[in-house]
Amino acid sequence: MFLDLFYGLRDEGVPVAVQEWQMFMTSLEKGLHDSNLLAFYNIAKATLIKSETYYDAFDRVFARVFHGVEGELSANDELNEWLSDPKNFDGLTEEQRKMIEELDADELMRRYLETLEEQDERHDGGGRWVGTGGHSPFGNGGEHPTGIRVGGKSKNQSAMKVAEDRRFQEYRTDHTLDIRNVRLALKRLRHLTREGPSDELDLDETVDETCRNAGEIEFVYRADRRNNVRLLLLMDVGGTMEPYYEPVSRLLTALHEERGLREFKSYYFHNCVYERLGTNADLYVKDAIPTGDILRRFDERWKVLIVGDAAMHPAELMNPRGNINPRFESETRGIDWLMRIREHFDRCVWLNPDPPSDWNHTRTTKVIGEIFPMYALSLDGIQDAVTSLVGARPSAPGITRH
Amino acid sequence: MAEESDFYRFTGTKGYIVSRPLVEAVNCAIALERPLLVKGEPGTGKTLLALHVAEGLGLPMESWHIKSTSKAMEGLYVYDTLQRLNDARFGEGNVGDIRSYIKLGPVGRVFSAPKRQLLLIDEVDKADLEFPNDILRELDEMRFTVMETGDEVVAKERPLVIITSNNEKELPDAFLRRCVFHFIEFPEPDMMRKIVDVHHPNVDTQLLDQVLIKFYWLRGQPDLRKKPSTSELIDWIAALLRSGISEDQLENHIPFLGSLLKNEQDTAALADFEERGGGMPSDWMDLGPKYNQ
Repeated sequence: MFLDLFYGLRDEGVPVAVQEWQMFMTSLEKGLHDSNLLAFYNIAKATLIKSETYYDAFDRVFARVFHGVEGELSANDELNEWLSDPKNFDGLTEEQRKMIEELDADELMRRYLETLEEQDERHDGGGRWVGTGGHSPFGNGGEHPTGIRVGGKSKNQSAMKVAEDRRFQEYRTDHTLDIRNVRLALKRLRHLTREGPSDELDLDETVDETCRNAGEIEFVYRADRRNNVRLLLLMDVGGTMEPYYEPVSRLLTALHEERGLREFKSYYFHNCVYERLGTNADLYVKDAIPTGDILRRFDERWKVLIVGDAAMHPAELMNPRGNINPRFESETRGIDWLMRIREHFDRCVWLNPDPPSDWNHTRTTKVIGEIFPMYALSLDGIQDAVTSLVGARPSAPGITRH
Repeated sequence: MAEESDFYRFTGTKGYIVSRPLVEAVNCAIALERPLLVKGEPGTGKTLLALHVAEGLGLPMESWHIKSTSKAMEGLYVYDTLQRLNDARFGEGNVGDIRSYIKLGPVGRVFSAPKRQLLLIDEVDKADLEFPNDILRELDEMRFTVMETGDEVVAKERPLVIITSNNEKELPDAFLRRCVFHFIEFPEPDMMRKIVDVHHPNVDTQLLDQVLIKFYWLRGQPDLRKKPSTSELIDWIAALLRSGISEDQLENHIPFLGSLLKNEQDTAALADFEERGGGMPSDWMDLGPKYNQ
């Protein structure tokens, strides 16, 4: 059952490694959970989960794994062991220890389960399950008589309830797109290099050089650190992209505000790239410029970010004159243009606002996913896309999980 | 073993209200001897937590406030080459002894302290992206070597380390792996009442109700760029109490807005809203199902 939690989390894409799992196990060995499901839940969360964006996933998995925990418990050796292993319960008095020994395992389990069920009400210390009726050795620091106060209302005292509440939904990143978060994700889009004139005083080097120079001051200058990333944005506008206009325009704003980029250019298309690209989102023919010019003007160092749903009629991608916009000529097939872009530039990625689960059902999405590494237009997806644009490893084409 | 861990068991202090998950996370960090990483909105009392954990456990505290220019090395020690150079030029000080120019930083001081201490590394995300990785080994092994002298600084008792982050930058995975993590949720109204009570005991219940309704309503406005937080609420209540305002005056107006909203656009947006005659809620029922379970 415990391992179900571990693998359940991994299946949800939560980065849990053995190291965290060991941490969690150690804390159980130390008896930090106070044989109380809520404390167990809190400790599992604190040790296994390292970002609030995964709290929701954790709640879902926890609720699933431990839902109806009552029914399965008797068959579960792990929990049996955990309950009956006295080394976890150092704090017991001799009297209590005896009492536990007198109860047989079934009775012990029954009382434990009763306590779990009762946890909708206030739970003040885990003393009850051993049936001593008070002065628990496992004080949970509730409303302690010495005036120590702990917040939290009783309605949140059941781990199941806390987990099922799923109050952390809004912190999920795999489907929400908050402009600040996007900006954070895009901050990674940088590649700092020292270029240009040496006009910044390098204090550390100056001191070192001066020391080496036996105390005669020796100034050392160096070039400024600058972001060396050039970003080319190609964006699908209109048509099937209509519902995504809002999230995409947010992304665009974030990009514009990200002045850290060395150069930034954006062009627009409808459904697929053909002979011409629009210089603004209205796609006026008179403002459009030939795609070939763009390939000539921008060298392979430019990072290309394509935003589009990649869902279109197969003919739009595969046939000559596939462009559904009659004002634009399109002698060459859309897929050829995409291949040219892919071959011309060093790094390209495709961001898709459609949920990844749909990608395999749309033929054109599958095809385009094989040309460009495709990522979802979510925070996680953008992060991965940025990594694949500036990260060390060359990106392998193909549809990824996110 | 049992007595010792009981001794270092944090349960909260009088001046600071903690939620149960947070208490358990703190105790988990203590028992596992791992750094505790606390994240949360600004103004939810992350830094205060360290202060009160130190108070609650009776440990001396050392803080290291991280700035964008902070280097990992500074936390360990600084070799004051400039001072040494200066002394050498003017024949002052003990130039022959490098040790007198090695100044320990917060981490170094905590490690070399004779007794267990609490180390607060505040706003770790302010520093460069690589910063957390740079202190990883030192925090893991609780020791470092002063390169200039070859001296090794080893912690006699593993300090309790609390690290706060405002989520401005992503922290490296290797760093996260080693921490116990807790995200401070924004307090719900009931919790908030307790928190307010610590700072302003004896606030009239009806007034407090109005105050909290307005506060949570304001936080619920999607257009706000910066949502007011707990610390701003506390300040606001202080201002209200001092001016002796009654709950009726709060009915459809938010006085001393400056203590809640710190952003021009936000203030303008609210002024617009009031001008258009937008009504504010004066009852919990108006705030929607989230607050009426």
